[in-house]
Amino acid sequence: MRAMANVLLSVENVSHRFGGLLAVDDASLSVETGSVTALIGPNGAGKTTLFAIISGFLCPTEGVIRYIGREITGEPPYRLALHGIARTFQIMQPFAGLTVRENILVGAHLRHRSRDVALAAADQVGCELGLQDMLDQPVDTLTVASRKRLELARALATEPKLLLLDEVLAGLNPSEIRDIVPVIRGLSARGITILMIEHVMQAVMSLAKHVFVLAEGRIIASGSPAQVSADPAVVEAYLGHGAAAKFEAAHER
Amino acid sequence: MKTLALIGVVVAVLAAVPLVIHSNVALNFLIVTLLVALAGQGWNVLGGYGGQYSFGHAAFFGTGAYVTAILQVRYGVNAWVGFGLGIVGGALVGAVIGALTFRSGLRGSYFALVTLAFAEVLRIVASVAPITGAGVGTLMKLDLRPQALQFESRAVFYWVILALVAVVLVVTHLIERSRFGAWLVAVRENEDAAVALGVNAFKIKLQAMTVSAAITAAAGCFYVQYFLFVDSGIGYGTWISIEALLTPIIGGVGTLFGPLVGAIVVKSLGETAKLVTGDAPGLDLIFYGAVLILVIWLTPRGLIGGLTVLKKWYLRRLVPRRPLVSDARHG
Repeated sequence: MRAMANVLLSVENVSHRFGGLLAVDDASLSVETGSVTALIGPNGAGKTTLFAIISGFLCPTEGVIRYIGREITGEPPYRLALHGIARTFQIMQPFAGLTVRENILVGAHLRHRSRDVALAAADQVGCELGLQDMLDQPVDTLTVASRKRLELARALATEPKLLLLDEVLAGLNPSEIRDIVPVIRGLSARGITILMIEHVMQAVMSLAKHVFVLAEGRIIASGSPAQVSADPAVVEAYLGHGAAAKFEAAHER
Repeated sequence: MKTLALIGVVVAVLAAVPLVIHSNVALNFLIVTLLVALAGQGWNVLGGYGGQYSFGHAAFFGTGAYVTAILQVRYGVNAWVGFGLGIVGGALVGAVIGALTFRSGLRGSYFALVTLAFAEVLRIVASVAPITGAGVGTLMKLDLRPQALQFESRAVFYWVILALVAVVLVVTHLIERSRFGAWLVAVRENEDAAVALGVNAFKIKLQAMTVSAAITAAAGCFYVQYFLFVDSGIGYGTWISIEALLTPIIGGVGTLFGPLVGAIVVKSLGETAKLVTGDAPGLDLIFYGAVLILVIWLTPRGLIGGLTVLKKWYLRRLVPRRPLVSDARHG
């Protein structure tokens, strides 16, 4: 166990049940202040459910979420945003009828009541994420890559301490991923703690310091990216029972 | 600033109308048009900016009308005070209905149906309760003095309702440019995303419903001062719920001038239909309905929305189209 003093977010023995389905089963994880932590796992492992619980959209059936040492289990998302927890959505949720600037403005208003100040803040965040040329465009004219940046920009405009990224790289082509990875690294360099769900392993390897692996609702492994990807339990979770042993055998031959 | 100047010009032009037109029939038509515009402006705050389509704004219109009338007739309260309290009464009803419906998480058509039900319940209660005059309704005393908020000249009534519409135009403009307005539109566009960005959607919707109800209640207060009569069918009838949502939808939902433009178009259309079809019973309604369908079909975002699309199209024809960054990336 890592030192408690440095922990920004901790998830303690959280379970969530949808009727007969146990989507998250006694999962615990912790995120160190200032770190980039990744949550990976095969499809249907319960990653997005766990994210929804952390960000307040779902109340867990059991377990506790702590943020800066304080229990936040079941607090509504808007209050968590005020405390400094922002999230992006796996399926992008833009304000469809609005321009890019107006989208970011909604987030910027959380810390700035005045429209002029909030607009200035929104423009600044937009520029930081490379959206400066499209601030006046309606969001439905944006490419997938730009919409992902917009999701980031909106969340960033709320001036979060902890940013929860739900598959920001999904659906992007390799060159777009190469463009956006430094942006995420830049956010981390500014002191924002990041917890990301990600499928793109190359990005997880290059960004995250610590990785948690979720499979069938349980945390089955954690450690550095290299440790985790060598873990036989992880290989089995992704490739099926016995896969690790087969690989081992193939290697020895 | 530009918008405030535009509001000033529009209101000044409208204010000058009674100086040119003296016909009582024409003034009466204009007063009713502005009355409907005001009710529509109220609906537009919640429905247009907040995306919560109410089908029961009669609940607020009727409450405004009844509170004003009952306070004056039964309790001898001054007309101006009664007018103010009518608005407060409407706002309270809005807050209560809003708290109940939004707390239960009702959205979309469920919200529309429940607001309709509330208005209907109020209509039935008003048609039997002794305090409202039950089936007979409440008749106000004729007292043509400014202290009693009654005027001999139709022109003065016209200026009063125009002043109300003007105040709401300014208020709506201020909402558009405020944090509350930005958050209200965000809730309309995507409630989950708004909540994730720190917006307390319940509170925002409740506030919008209260303001919306207050404005539509003001229309009800004016109605009773002008016509000096209200019964359950007028106050809480579906006619005003429909007028209140039709005018902004025709004019441009979620736009500043939508309800005013919509009211002028809808009311003129109704009168024209009667003139064109002459005496044939019901034919005017068919004509009226057909034109409304046409307007909604051709300009789904209302007349003002349609104008914006035309303007963009025109500008694009003038300015040579440069390839967008986003297009290039896709290629």
